[in-house]
Amino acid sequence: MQVISLGPLTPRFSEPKFSGQLLMIKFLLRRIAMIIPTFIGITLLTFSLIHMVPGDPVELIAGERGITPERHAELKADLGLDKPMLVQYANYIRGILHGNLGKSIVTKQPVFREFLTLFPATLELSFFALIFAVILGLPAGIIAGVRRGSFFDHSVMGLSLAGYSMPIFWWGLLLILFFSVFLGWTPVSGRISALFWIDADTGFMLIDTLRSNEKGAFISALRHLILPSIVLGTIPLAVIARMTRSAMLEVLMEDYVRTARAKGLSPFRVIMVHALRNALIPVITVIGLQTGVLLAGAILTETIFAWPGVGKWIVESINRRDYPSVQGGILLISSLIILVNLAVDMLYGVVNPRIRHNK
Amino acid sequence: MSEYLQTENLLSAPPHPFREFWQYFSENKTALTGFCFILFITFMALAAGYIAPHGPFEQYRDAILTPPVWMEGGTWTFPLGTDDVGRDMLSRLIHGARLSLLVGVIVVTLSLAAGILLGIVSGYIGGYFETMIMRLMDIMLALPSLLLAMAIVTILGPSLENAILAIAIVVLPHYVRLARASVITEKAKDYVTASRVCGAGAFRLMFVVILPNCMAPLIVQATLGFSTAILDAAALGFLGMGAQPPVPEWGAMLANALQFVQRAWWVVTFPGLAIFFTVMAFNLAGDGLRDALDPKLKR
Repeated sequence: MQVISLGPLTPRFSEPKFSGQLLMIKFLLRRIAMIIPTFIGITLLTFSLIHMVPGDPVELIAGERGITPERHAELKADLGLDKPMLVQYANYIRGILHGNLGKSIVTKQPVFREFLTLFPATLELSFFALIFAVILGLPAGIIAGVRRGSFFDHSVMGLSLAGYSMPIFWWGLLLILFFSVFLGWTPVSGRISALFWIDADTGFMLIDTLRSNEKGAFISALRHLILPSIVLGTIPLAVIARMTRSAMLEVLMEDYVRTARAKGLSPFRVIMVHALRNALIPVITVIGLQTGVLLAGAILTETIFAWPGVGKWIVESINRRDYPSVQGGILLISSLIILVNLAVDMLYGVVNPRIRHNK
Repeated sequence: MSEYLQTENLLSAPPHPFREFWQYFSENKTALTGFCFILFITFMALAAGYIAPHGPFEQYRDAILTPPVWMEGGTWTFPLGTDDVGRDMLSRLIHGARLSLLVGVIVVTLSLAAGILLGIVSGYIGGYFETMIMRLMDIMLALPSLLLAMAIVTILGPSLENAILAIAIVVLPHYVRLARASVITEKAKDYVTASRVCGAGAFRLMFVVILPNCMAPLIVQATLGFSTAILDAAALGFLGMGAQPPVPEWGAMLANALQFVQRAWWVVTFPGLAIFFTVMAFNLAGDGLRDALDPKLKR
C-alpha cells in the first residue's frame, strides 16, 4: 500500500491507458464472438433451404429427373443424403470451411469458383456506387446542415426522401430511357462494348482494360459503369446526405463549436475541422453499413443492366432452380455482409472511445 | 383581464390526445400531403371496379401500344395508353393500387402482430427466451431483406401470397426490437408496479397495461413498413418472384414492360411513378407521425 504512494504519479497516469487497451480488446473479442451464432444461423438457413424446397433433394442437387432407383440410391449415398440430419449438417459445415460449396447444376462448376469469377464485377460496381454516393452525399449533407432551413437544405432533404423512396429498378429504366435511348450518351447494358475482348486477369474491368493496351477499351468500360453506379448509389446517397446533415446539426450545437467560433476561427475552419471531424463518426458507420444495401441493390441493378455479377447470377440461379448455387450465393453474400459489418463496428470502437468505455 | 384568461386556460382540461396529435401532424404540410395521397390511393383501390374505365385484363387487339392521350395517336379511350397486348394502362394501375395496398396491409398486420407478441413477451419475461429470440432477430437483420425474401420465395415458390409472407417475415425483427425496447423501459415504471400490486396477471400487465404505452414507435414503424412492403413486393414482382403475369401488380407490370423500353416509354414510366409516389407518401406520413408522436420532439 505504502509502496505505491512513493510514486503516485506513474501508476495513476499509465493505468487508464492500460485499462483502455484492455477494454478495447474485450470489446473486440465480444464483438467477434457475436458473429459465431449469426454465422451458424445463416448456415442453418442455407442448409435447410435444400430440404425445404419442394421436391426430392437428391434430384434437386444432382439436377437430374426421372432417375432409376439404383442411380437414386447411389447418388443419395454419394451426396451423403442417407446420413442423419446432424451428420449432414456437420459435413456441410466441413465443406464450407474447406471452401467446398457444391457444384452448380447448370454449369457443373464449383459454386465457390463461379462466385469468385463473378464477384469482382459486383465489387467494382459497388465501389463506384459508393464513391458516387459519398462524393455527392457528404458535401450536400454538410451544406444542408450548416445552412439549416435554407432553400438548399429543403431541396437536399426533399431529394433524399425521394431517393429513399425510389424503386431503383424503375430508376435504372428511366435513366436508360433518357441517357441511353433518348440522348444516346451511355450504353444500355453490359460491362464493355462487344468490340473488345478483354482477358479477365483481375476481374476488374477497369484494371484489365488498362493492362490490355486495347485502344478505347478503358473508356468503353468506364462509360458502361456510369449509369449502374448512379442507380446503385442512389439509396446510399440519400442515406448518407440525411445522416451527414443530422450529425452536422447535432455537432454544431456543441459547446466546443461555440468555443471555436468565439476564438475567432474562420467559419470554414470551424465547420471543416472542428465540427466535421466529430460529425463524421456516425457517418462513417452509416457508410459502412451501406454494404448490405449495396449488395441487395446489386441484385436489382445487375438485372436491369445485364451486369455479369453475383446479384444477377443469384437471380438467374433461382429462376433456373440451380439450388446449390442459390445456397452458396446466399451464404457467401451474407457472410461478406457480416464481416463488413464486423469491421465497421470495430472501426467505430476505435474511432469513438465512448463505445468501448460504456460497457 | 388577460391574467384572468390565462388562469382559465390553465384550469381547462388538457386537449384529447388525438386532438393534440392531429394539431402537431396537421402543422406539418408535407406529412399532410403524404396523408392526402394515401387517402386518394386508398379510394382508388376501394373503388377500382367503378373508376377504372376498362377491366384490368381486357385486351384491345386493335389498340396495342397506344401512346397516352396528349401524344400523337393517343385517344381519350386510353388516357395513359395501352401495353403490349392492348390493355388499358390506367385501369391496370388503378387495379394495381388494390394489390399494393393489400400487400402493405397484410404485411404490416402480420409483422406487427407477430412482432408485438414476440417483442413484448421476450421483453417482459427476459432470460433465455429473450436471448434466443433476439439472437434470431439479429441473424435476420444481418441479411439484406431482399436476399432473405428471395430465399424464402425460393422455398415457397413464386407468387404474390408467398412474396407477402416472405416480406412479413423479413421485416419482423424491426417490430420485435422496437416492442422489446419499449417494454423494457416501461416495465420498471411505477404504474406497472401499481397494477401488479393490485393483482394484475402477467397477460394483463403485458397487453393491457404496458402495450398501449409502447404503441407510438410501433405505429410510426408500421407506417414506414407500408412503404418497405410495397417497395419490396414490387422488387420481387420485378424479378419474377412475386406476383405473376397477368396480375396488374406494379412491379410485375414493369418487368413485362422491360422489352418495350425503347419503343413505348409509357409502359415503363407509369407503373414506376405509381410505386414511387405511393412509397413516398407513406414515408412522408411516417416521418410526420414520428414528429407528432415523439414526446422528445414535442415543444
